[in-house]
Amino acid sequence: MQADLLQEARRQAEICNACRYCEGYCSVFPALHQERFFSDANLTQLANLCHNCRGCYYACQYTAPHEFDLNLPKALAEVRQDSWESFAWPAPLARRFQKSGVMIALATILGFALLFLAFRALGSNGGEGFYAVLSHSAMVAIFLPAFLFPLASIAVSLRRYWQETGGKTITPSQIVGAFGSAAKMKNLAGGHGDGCNFEDEDRFSQARRHAHQAVMYGFLLCFASTSAGTILHYIFDIPAPYPLWSLPKLLGIPGGILMVIGTVMLASLKLKADRSLGAPSAWGGEMGFVLLLFLVALSGLLLYVLGNTAAMPALLAIHLGSVLSFFLLTPYTKMAHGFYRLAALVRDEQRKSTG
Amino acid sequence: MTSQYDIAIIGGGNAALCAAMTAAERGAKVIILETAPKAYRGGNSRHTRNFRCMHSAPLGPLVDDYSEDEYFDDLLKVTGGKTDETLARLAIRTSEECLPWMEEHGVRFQPSLSGTLSLARTNAFFMGGGKSLVNAYYRTAEKLGVSVLYEANVTHLELDRDRIAQIDYTHEGEAKYLEPSAVIVASGGFQADTEWLTRAWGPAAKNFLIRGTPYNRGVVLADLLDQGVQSVGDPTQCHAVAIDGRAPKFDGGIVTRLDCVPFSIVVNKEADRFYDEGEDVWPKRYAIWGRLVANQPDQVGYVIIDSKSLKLFMPSVFPPIKANTLEELAGKMGLPQAKLVETVKTFNAACGDTSGFHPTELDGVKTIGINIPKTNWARPIDEPPFYGYSLKTGVTFTYLGLKVDENAQCRAEKGSIRNLWAAGETMAGSILGQGYLAGFGMTIGTVFGRIAGREAANHAS
Ligand SMILES: Cc1cc2nc3c(=O)[nH]c(=O)nc-3n(C[C@H](O)[C@H](O)[C@H](O)COP(=O)(O)OP(=O)(O)OC[C@H]3O[C@@H](n4cnc5c(N)ncnc54)[C@H](O)[C@@H]3O)c2cc1C
Ligand code: SF4
Ligand code: SF4
Repeated sequence: MQADLLQEARRQAEICNACRYCEGYCSVFPALHQERFFSDANLTQLANLCHNCRGCYYACQYTAPHEFDLNLPKALAEVRQDSWESFAWPAPLARRFQKSGVMIALATILGFALLFLAFRALGSNGGEGFYAVLSHSAMVAIFLPAFLFPLASIAVSLRRYWQETGGKTITPSQIVGAFGSAAKMKNLAGGHGDGCNFEDEDRFSQARRHAHQAVMYGFLLCFASTSAGTILHYIFDIPAPYPLWSLPKLLGIPGGILMVIGTVMLASLKLKADRSLGAPSAWGGEMGFVLLLFLVALSGLLLYVLGNTAAMPALLAIHLGSVLSFFLLTPYTKMAHGFYRLAALVRDEQRKSTG
Repeated sequence: MTSQYDIAIIGGGNAALCAAMTAAERGAKVIILETAPKAYRGGNSRHTRNFRCMHSAPLGPLVDDYSEDEYFDDLLKVTGGKTDETLARLAIRTSEECLPWMEEHGVRFQPSLSGTLSLARTNAFFMGGGKSLVNAYYRTAEKLGVSVLYEANVTHLELDRDRIAQIDYTHEGEAKYLEPSAVIVASGGFQADTEWLTRAWGPAAKNFLIRGTPYNRGVVLADLLDQGVQSVGDPTQCHAVAIDGRAPKFDGGIVTRLDCVPFSIVVNKEADRFYDEGEDVWPKRYAIWGRLVANQPDQVGYVIIDSKSLKLFMPSVFPPIKANTLEELAGKMGLPQAKLVETVKTFNAACGDTSGFHPTELDGVKTIGINIPKTNWARPIDEPPFYGYSLKTGVTFTYLGLKVDENAQCRAEKGSIRNLWAAGETMAGSILGQGYLAGFGMTIGTVFGRIAGREAANHAS
């Protein structure tokens, strides 16, 4: 990891430790106050606990032009970003995608192209509906590895994270605690429940928390929808397309709508927020990723609405192409933050229980 | 020029904002003239952490109760009786209704279990500290229609018999003036004016560091005193603590405090000890060392500890100077080497049985047979590596201010000034003759800010 970023985060953490005014805002401060000297591992853990709510920045009496020049959200964002890049496997890919919206766009286009090629080359094998465009077995042959590879990659990264931060054996209660924080986005609530300071300087607002919830729960619903489809297909031998009153649709449609709303909100909040309170170099990559998620969700919904029209094959290619790139990019984009965040929250539960 | 504002408030800290919101809620057109740029708005208030509050039952984040009499006794202890009882009791009594009022106006408090436990009964801690309080108040004030002009430096209030006729200020390099019907002064003390401090204190004051804002230079205070507005307090008095000698000249704020003195020996630049480092616990000890250091050559002190004490106090903002031997430490800190070694040797030899050492209470572990004793926490300085901090005097605020009555109104010799009120640090001397009670500054500002806002709005309507 980059020594200068760690050194700057260390300098700032030491000032916060002498000050302690922000202790109530989020989990970062109680964890910080437990240290006196900050190892690289401490800083990595703090950085991954930080949700970039910016509460501490606007509350800080030491931000520029003060000579202490505090900007903790930025310092932690940069360490966090750098940690993901250095834990990711294979690493060189990570640097490309984490930082660049352009790379994400290129990957997505490549995803479409591959799918169009697959339509041509593999074809339907006489299936119906979507499978008239690409056979089910071909879809599985493409998407199963595209799904398993990111999982393997993330597993390697998380193991590295866990080793670096001195993680111990995980207990069920720690998992419950960590998922509880994530489910409510406790760390974006400002400690007082009024929300965070993201889009309009020091005004507290729930917008980012709600947008993030919409994306997260929307994504989980879509994921559940796909899983339900898989189960229906293999166990009950009911292949797609599914009617409106079916589990895949009942989960997938609200999920897709939530994701569309959430990603649009996140993108617009990102445009309003002060870029200098995050990792400026990662802005493009983060935005690219939000737009990719938007595309996944929107094309999925459109596919449902226009599935019986002539637009279907093109929409299918766009949807499957963006899903393909989404999966493949997961370990190297902002998507990875979810996994690190959970790991950091579990690690923080461990810290709390050892006191 | 006839002003479109009913009330002009000078200053942009806690007291000013409390006055502005109160007056605006009563329908007055209010303008705040704040000399600092937006990034530095909020004066000393943005460095604060808590608010001392009376309460007869658990209130917001505060546990148990804290009665008027107990609060007043605490005040008597620190001021040695130098207080105006009527005003002090008014501030104390009103503090109870202030806390919910603060919450209604956007302030958020830390839950009671965090923060300094021993203060969980008496002091409510702001979530995020004073700057977040100031931010919340600016948001609320602007919503109430209060205008705010930053970088508006008030230079003169024209006193015409018994009323203020005009306010002169500069803004964007231009001289401007206003003629509001009422004026509230909430522009703090004069501690950032080193010249004035030096006149009051003597040349030593040149070496003082100012813990808070560089903008509280007492311009308006001096201007009013020159025109015969009545004052209270002693110009030679200021609240000063010993802070890290490497702190910035201004605005170092809370992080520059050092809590290591009781576990140390403190020497001057000749490497002589000069006071009992174990005399008392925080916060009393904290306040006396500012003066002690101010009386030493060059107004500096040096704290020497060894490795066994390093983790017994709050982390410091600048890392300590570290050395493997006392000679090396003396070298790094610019102290006479042989002398420091001798001072430590003499001190160590005077330490007795240290088995009763207890870092968080007066433990009676003391030295025997030296001229300047250490009466608690006296353990030999003998485990390398050795650590050192330099100390300088850090001024929190000055005591000289405007005299006010129960309505926060100012007076000249002949009687009240009809349209002039004062709130906050600029009139705190009316209540705090000397000493300081943690969290009382914000109490005075909130209580008298609200009174001034109310009275000025009544006058203007
Ligand atoms: C480091 C530190 C920590 C403290 N902690 C606490 C605490 O925890 N609790 C507590 O109760 N008290 C604390 N205090 C004391 C507290 O800060 C003051 O009592 C309180 O802030 C005074 O508020 P005020 O509104 O009167 O003045 P300030 O907040 O200082 O506001 C004065 C304002 O006037 C402006 N001004 C000055 N001159 C002019 C001019 N000529 N024209 C226009 N504007 C002008 C300044 O820019 C400033 O905004 C602390 C002080 C310091 C320095
Ligand atoms: S961010 Fe600023 S106010 Fe908050 S704890 Fe750190 S130094 Fe203190
Ligand atoms: S930005 Fe928010 S989450 Fe991050 S450290 Fe500051 S207060 Fe905590």
